[in-house]
Amino acid sequence: MLKRSLAIISILIIGYWLAQGLAGVPFGQDKMLVGHYYLQHVKEQTGAVNAVTAIVVNYRGFDTLGEVTVLFIASTGVGALLWRKKRERTAKTEGSVVLTTGVELLFPFIVMFGAYIFIHGHLTPGGGFPGGATIATAFLLLYMAFTIYEVPHKAFEKTEGIAGMSYVLVGLIGLAIGGYFLFDWIWQTWQWGTNNLGRLFSGGFIPVIYTIIGIKVGTELSGIVDNMLKEEVRE
Amino acid sequence: MNVPHISIYYFGAISLVLIGLYGVLVKKNLMKILISLSIMETGVNLLLISIGYVSGKSAPILSEGIGPTQAVDPIPQALVLTAIVIGVATTAMALSAAIIIYEKYGTLNVEEIRRLRG
Repeated sequence: MLKRSLAIISILIIGYWLAQGLAGVPFGQDKMLVGHYYLQHVKEQTGAVNAVTAIVVNYRGFDTLGEVTVLFIASTGVGALLWRKKRERTAKTEGSVVLTTGVELLFPFIVMFGAYIFIHGHLTPGGGFPGGATIATAFLLLYMAFTIYEVPHKAFEKTEGIAGMSYVLVGLIGLAIGGYFLFDWIWQTWQWGTNNLGRLFSGGFIPVIYTIIGIKVGTELSGIVDNMLKEEVRE
Repeated sequence: MNVPHISIYYFGAISLVLIGLYGVLVKKNLMKILISLSIMETGVNLLLISIGYVSGKSAPILSEGIGPTQAVDPIPQALVLTAIVIGVATTAMALSAAIIIYEKYGTLNVEEIRRLRG
């Protein structure tokens, strides 16, 4: 009881302190200049219509590479933590008829929707990470519906590695052509897609990068799901 | 000593952070602590997003009728996109650590885990 009341008191103090600090920040007003710069120049510099995507992939593409690396390390870590000699799925019950039929029907469409999200990342909200997560939910649904289902591990691991390498490769091509890592060569050098801004075939290398990220995130999250659902088998 | 006027969004974000903090401080079940951490993370994300909000403006997708001056600040949104992904990764790591702990100790109570092998 004492611990609980102490916790409440300290939380009230921290809450008051946070509220005081945030009261100085005006709500709903323009505060930052960098955002203005990005919004003013995003169209001619990157060819993307969605400014958030342009920042994530183009202006801060190197950070996104780091982020993808963190995700890769985390999925490797999950695999290493849950590593056993013999691991199998020990699900007891098959999904109900509604679930299995629904999954069979919806699986291709969910994967297609994920692909839609990451291919159109430069035009609509979303991008590689949400698209990849959507694809992983499709595999999660398969796991929930069928007791014996397993993702194709070998193929997924290879896809993941190839996707990661192609991200670096795209960056290195930029280094060779433009002089710095992740230089947007498709947009800046080739001027490809300049006259159909806002259509699918514009946005420089953003769709390419986001497709790579989408595939990588999708396979990685499916791998995490697979690792978490398996249990050690005792003979 | 009066708390000045703060927006409902800031208030919600602070409340989420504090609810998460309370869970981390008081709860003993490892699973509940992880849930509290997730709630805290949501609060921080909401705070970042609401700092970037500009009233009366639309999403930073420049289409017909939405020029550079009619869009909200895109930077906090890009930051939150990163934060969510990192949060998911760390949560997955923590959950698998919890699975290992449960297999070793047979319990998720942090006090018992501490007592059994100190």
